[in-house]
Amino acid sequence: MRISRAELWAGRSLLFGLMAITILPFISIFMTALHPSGTVPRGFEWPDDPQWGNFVEAFKVAEMPSLLASSTFIVLAVVPIALAISTMAGFAIGHLRIPGSRSLLFLFVFGLTLPFTGIIVPLYYLERDMGIYNTRLAIVLPLIGLYMPFAVFWMRAHFVNMPAEISEAARVDGVSTWGLFWRIHLPLARAPISSLGILMSVWTWNQFLIALVLVEDPTQRTMAGALGAFQGHYATDIPLLCAGTVIIVLPTLVLFVLFQRQIIAALLQGSVKG
Amino acid sequence: MVTMMMRSDDRSAAPAFSRWIALGRVIRRETLIGWLFVLPALTMYAVFVLLPFLLSVRYSFYRWDGIGPMTWVGLKNYRTVLEVPNLLETIYNAFRLVAYFSFIPVTLGLVVASVMYRVATGSFGAAARTVLFLPQVIPLVAAGIIWGWLLALPGLINEILRAVGLGSVTRAWLGDFDWALPSVGLIGIWVLLGFCTVLLWTGMTKLDPALYESARIDGAGWFTEFIKITVPLLRHEIGVCLTVTVTAALAAFDIVYVATAGGPGNATAVPGIQIYILAFTQQRIGLASALAVMLMVLVLVVILPIQRLSRETTL
Repeated sequence: MRISRAELWAGRSLLFGLMAITILPFISIFMTALHPSGTVPRGFEWPDDPQWGNFVEAFKVAEMPSLLASSTFIVLAVVPIALAISTMAGFAIGHLRIPGSRSLLFLFVFGLTLPFTGIIVPLYYLERDMGIYNTRLAIVLPLIGLYMPFAVFWMRAHFVNMPAEISEAARVDGVSTWGLFWRIHLPLARAPISSLGILMSVWTWNQFLIALVLVEDPTQRTMAGALGAFQGHYATDIPLLCAGTVIIVLPTLVLFVLFQRQIIAALLQGSVKG
Repeated sequence: MVTMMMRSDDRSAAPAFSRWIALGRVIRRETLIGWLFVLPALTMYAVFVLLPFLLSVRYSFYRWDGIGPMTWVGLKNYRTVLEVPNLLETIYNAFRLVAYFSFIPVTLGLVVASVMYRVATGSFGAAARTVLFLPQVIPLVAAGIIWGWLLALPGLINEILRAVGLGSVTRAWLGDFDWALPSVGLIGIWVLLGFCTVLLWTGMTKLDPALYESARIDGAGWFTEFIKITVPLLRHEIGVCLTVTVTAALAAFDIVYVATAGGPGNATAVPGIQIYILAFTQQRIGLASALAVMLMVLVLVVILPIQRLSRETTL
């Protein structure tokens, strides 16, 4: 591709500008976090005496260790179960094409457009009746349910494209339906399963509304839910609030930088299929 | 493969009648097993999504404070939503947010993506995409807190305005009746622009480069190329961006809750926030549910045509 020098420079400057706009907010809260707790600093100013202790303080008041443990627990409970049951359902609907698959698919797709805000109120009363309100299960169980439309749709899209010959050949060799799923199709579905796993982990970690409404104790919530509570308590102490935000966002940022290629690919595929 | 073929040949030699019976039994067993495969997913979905959805519809016909008895009021809650200005305004605000969350990121994203496609190759391009994508992976709550500070009176935005001699327009952006909603919109742009850009760029890389080559031989410039090739061929990706961003705008909650909680006054109240307030601080479950049902119908009505439009062309 031949591109004029002028265009090259104009284009690159535009991109640099956008990158700066994306990064500056992060730098601003990082610098603000280093100002003495309780002061109202200016928006973009390196402090005379950086208060690194703010991060320690925020780490303590946000109860980071129990937060990390809670979020990790929720992700580890939601993602494997959601992966397992959606893969099985996607296999039955997309590949076995059981009678009623079309209606089933339609039923799941209907859920794709339902916003969480639309069903949060009955979910609250439902969980009170079930006795799981204010426990981690109150987040785990609805999230698994809420991911099903997308997850089943996603896995079906994979299985529907698998050639029927693979299964026919195995059938003739006397492989059972379970064997067909477990030994033949599951290993072939590794790529879509891992993308789905990444997607659901990010969504779970960042889930706010469900955590806010269904769990009162911030240390039993997801990271995003805990951040909301943290803001409620420290809204007036700006440096401490910024320090807390930095600490809570940091694990995601580190993971993103480490696995950026996979995460970007998963999030993009996710939206294209959805 | 050969042995398999032979075996299936053997089988076809069996008497037709018993073969049909055997086949019927296999199919019925298969159906049963297949449904067992779907059952766990279906159960979770039914209990935690479909049931609450139906309950939302049910609640919307009652007056209920969440504790006492429920009183049937018919369509009164829906009428209230349409008649009380504060409630109706949330729907109007949601559509105003669509302009910021959806229209700007998708349009700007198309331009940035095509610039990226032309000038950002190799590691510079990869770095640009990683950075632009960052806001998409942090929790929306964090984006709300970060921008809440940037848009505050002593925040970065006002610092910049003062630095370029626009000190007279500085204000607490999120606390200003006229500017609060555009400011929330700005947060949405920051979160969604990178996502749209990277998604559209991915679509462009899948297009046949020969298209661009031949356009350029015909003397097409950047703009002609953009209008004649890029936009029409990326219809599917554009549809996806629109779906994601329009849903994010209409069903917005996290950013608004953290940045403004719907204020000042009713300036940034969107349905999601109003549902939360009605249900959990005012104990008006029926009214909250009516608004929730209207929101769900609204999202469906807006998203379906977008989906249809983007899918038709890809077939």
